Amino acid sequence: MSAHSDTSHGTMGQLMTGFALAAILSIIPFALVMMETDIAPSTLVAIIMGLGAVQIVVHLVYFLHLKSSTEEGWTLAATVLAVVIVAIVLAGSLWVMHNMNANMMPMTEGNMVMDPEATPGASMSGHEDHN
Amino acid sequence: MTMLDTPLTGRVEGPNGPDHHPDHHHASPTPIGFWIYLMSDCIIFASLFAAYAVLGNNFAGGPGPKDLFEPGFVLAETALLLISSVTFGVAMLKADKHDMDATTLWLVITGLFGAGFIGMELYEFNHLIHIGAGPDRSGFLSAFFLLVGTHGLHVTFGLVWLCVMIAQIRMKGMIPANMQRLATLSMFWHFLDLVWIGVFSFVYLVRLI
Repeated sequence: MSAHSDTSHGTMGQLMTGFALAAILSIIPFALVMMETDIAPSTLVAIIMGLGAVQIVVHLVYFLHLKSSTEEGWTLAATVLAVVIVAIVLAGSLWVMHNMNANMMPMTEGNMVMDPEATPGASMSGHEDHN
Repeated sequence: MTMLDTPLTGRVEGPNGPDHHPDHHHASPTPIGFWIYLMSDCIIFASLFAAYAVLGNNFAGGPGPKDLFEPGFVLAETALLLISSVTFGVAMLKADKHDMDATTLWLVITGLFGAGFIGMELYEFNHLIHIGAGPDRSGFLSAFFLLVGTHGLHVTFGLVWLCVMIAQIRMKGMIPANMQRLATLSMFWHFLDLVWIGVFSFVYLVRLI
């Protein structure tokens, strides 16, 4: 491997900066959950997911040394493509399944046992209820 | 038959052939190729995250996240994996200086932290199955075991690769091929820590609020 900046493995300073940032970004969400703060649940979810996203970027920059110049930008291009696909898969799955659940007939405990096939989205929860 | 302008009849470009550009060092294709593999792995994980997101509330009358997940335990797992990522970073810095013994030492330390993580995960899985919250209990638990188990399997194979890597370094030294392998394993290891951020945030923490 050449001594180019493209393929370097960073410096001790970079590594420790990454470690400190990642540690802080991990401890904050755990602390928020474990201390049972008064923050509204939906806000807390947004904070935890936001901090997670920031920490992913920290890992990419400080540990994986992702730069726009690596491999003439192809590494970054592959990453952006993956992020787009990941977003489509996650958002698409949730959207479609939410829509499907919202358009299903109202369900009671009774008909879950009688006819689990009627609600594919909830069938996993339906067929094991014995009541 | 007329003489065509073949490489034999054409201009002689030197020992490296006509396509050689001395000002453009083209490195090995391994890093970009492995990165593309990691991105495809990322999409596999995304589909498992999506399955967990969709099935995450299907408890089938069984236990939910608040009955099963212990944030302190997950924090310890997170710490082990993050520290192992940093110690691998130190091993790479030692490898850059061609210090074989220090590289080996830091790889062993990385392996110990990784093994600690896998040990904790196996303990958790064993505990969950023992109390009747195995992957067959509900859709929520199926998706949980599939996602976290797939990540754990990746880390396990990373540990196997780490052992092979240490053996290769001890036998062949810090040769260029081993440097390449180390850099590739380093990408794999850091990537698994990156996926774990999604796991502890999305699988554990947001379900404990």
